[in-house]
Amino acid sequence: MTRMVTAPAETPAAAADTRPSRAPTGRGWSRTTVETRVLGVLRWVVIVGLALFTLFPFYYMVLLSLRDLSSLLQDPGRLWPALSELTADTYRDVLAPTASGGQGFLRFMLNSGLVALGTVAVTLVFAVLGSYAIARLRFPGRRRVSVLFLAVYLFPSILLAVPLFVFFTRLGLRGALAPLVLVYVSQTIAVAIYTLRNYFQTVPASIEEAAAVDGATRLTVMRRITLPLAMPAILSNALFVFMIAWNEFLFALLFLVEVRPRWTVSLGLSQLAGSIEIPTTVLMAGSVILTLPIVVLFFATERLLTGGLTAGAEKG
Amino acid sequence: MSSSPRAAQPERAGRGTLRWREARTGLALISPTVVLVLVLVVLPILWTVLLAFQDLRLIRLRSAGLFGDLTVENFADVFGSPGFWQALVTTLVYAGCGTAASVGLGLVAALALRRPFRGRTFVRASLLLPYVAPVVAATFVWGVMLNPQFGIVNEVGTGVLGWDEPIPFLTERPTALATVIVFEMWRSFPFAFLFLTARLQAAPASLEEAARVDGATPTQVFRHITLPQLMPTIAVLALLRFIWTFNNFDDIYLLTGGGAGTEVISVRVFDYLVSRGDIGAASAQALVLSVVLLVLVTVYYRFAAKDEVA
Repeated sequence: MTRMVTAPAETPAAAADTRPSRAPTGRGWSRTTVETRVLGVLRWVVIVGLALFTLFPFYYMVLLSLRDLSSLLQDPGRLWPALSELTADTYRDVLAPTASGGQGFLRFMLNSGLVALGTVAVTLVFAVLGSYAIARLRFPGRRRVSVLFLAVYLFPSILLAVPLFVFFTRLGLRGALAPLVLVYVSQTIAVAIYTLRNYFQTVPASIEEAAAVDGATRLTVMRRITLPLAMPAILSNALFVFMIAWNEFLFALLFLVEVRPRWTVSLGLSQLAGSIEIPTTVLMAGSVILTLPIVVLFFATERLLTGGLTAGAEKG
Repeated sequence: MSSSPRAAQPERAGRGTLRWREARTGLALISPTVVLVLVLVVLPILWTVLLAFQDLRLIRLRSAGLFGDLTVENFADVFGSPGFWQALVTTLVYAGCGTAASVGLGLVAALALRRPFRGRTFVRASLLLPYVAPVVAATFVWGVMLNPQFGIVNEVGTGVLGWDEPIPFLTERPTALATVIVFEMWRSFPFAFLFLTARLQAAPASLEEAARVDGATPTQVFRHITLPQLMPTIAVLALLRFIWTFNNFDDIYLLTGGGAGTEVISVRVFDYLVSRGDIGAASAQALVLSVVLLVLVTVYYRFAAKDEVA
């Protein structure tokens, strides 16, 4: 504020300005012009720089996945592949089962898909019921439940790693996919309930009341009226829960690492990344396979998602 | 319960009333979730407290009882080891710098993309990619890009920028810590960008116009009009990012494995748990992390619960 107040004091010094209509602002006009020009250029520098900074790693990923290892080692600085060296063998290698000399990523994709879809299904059923209750129904402890879920949302997974690892080791459940799904559900449910609750609150209760007056039971009302209205929110929830589950690494590492046939794509890539025997280009094909479903989903549903993403943030 | 409005009091009495049925339905609908969260989140956290006071090894786990002999030895060991304090400092530096960098870059991005231009929708979506991409793929690509033998960064650095020799970005102090901070910036700035963009869209244009008409330059408008409006959002973002970065495990574990001066507490917890099989010490350190987190979350509540950003 102080700088704004002193600004008029400078104007007399600029009285020589020849433009009468601009006289009160005086020198500020030229400063404005300079700043506008500089910022106008800077803006484009920033936009181009940011786009390069964010997109280059993804481009590099695709590039390396299509190149042959020996040509990569010969000419590591090449930023576009020569047509002659383009190869899709890397993808064949990484997808093929271990029995036929590949890395078995097809199997990992199946595991990741099962876990992610399972998590989506269970989370949605729980979240739709729970968030409807919180948004619409008065029951004892309602507010406390909301606080509990927000706390869960902020609680990072590394702190749960110790007890869950010990717990599942003791029960002998490590290496199975179903317990992992339940852990993922417990991680995503809070966010799902939170966003769905917000959405349910925007649906006017009067619509439901009208149906209830016409004799519909609460379940009928939910199925016929509330759910169809909330479909966009449910869909965007499904998408980000899928993304969280597909991308998850820590719990997959803790629970599945000893059983290779159960590895998810994330776990598989991280475990094979240290190996010297597997060419980097083949693993790069693996990371394209890991990333591609997410990128495709994201661009296909970007508008639907961005609202949900701010709420469905990653778990540290 | 006591928090319910007084006006509802008369209805409370009778079973079978509409009010009672509503409460029953509500509890029935919410209970599966509450049970799941209690069993898989709340109880494990409480159990961590118990484990932190026990001398428990992974190899003896199957024979050990649920409630072993309690001891404070784990805490004595943890606080007595210089590695812990070093890791705590590293964690604070990592979280502090990572938060500042990602929120700062997010702000720059939000401002640069504020006015419409051709292709803005695509650029905006692209900027969000690091945030949605799988962390394992992202760290793997970064690792290869920064590889001293054939990584593109060192190739450009030695070939074009005239570096004397390739820089081992992920295996040497203090470059490794700087690298993981830059990675954190790359991965998390979209989060700040998204929030700040939303906040900027909600800011009334008339204020800035008025200032401009009064002769304020663009930087003055930003400094005195735009920034003050963004400040609450920036504060909440900084706190949220700090909480998550402070506890972040994946990024550092995957990039450096905690080597070369990048061992943060969460990686240390994992290491004690899996490599050393020392459950007691792992729990004790996780507990220290929880206490810090609890303080931060309390601050978050006091400070920002009304903003409903989360």
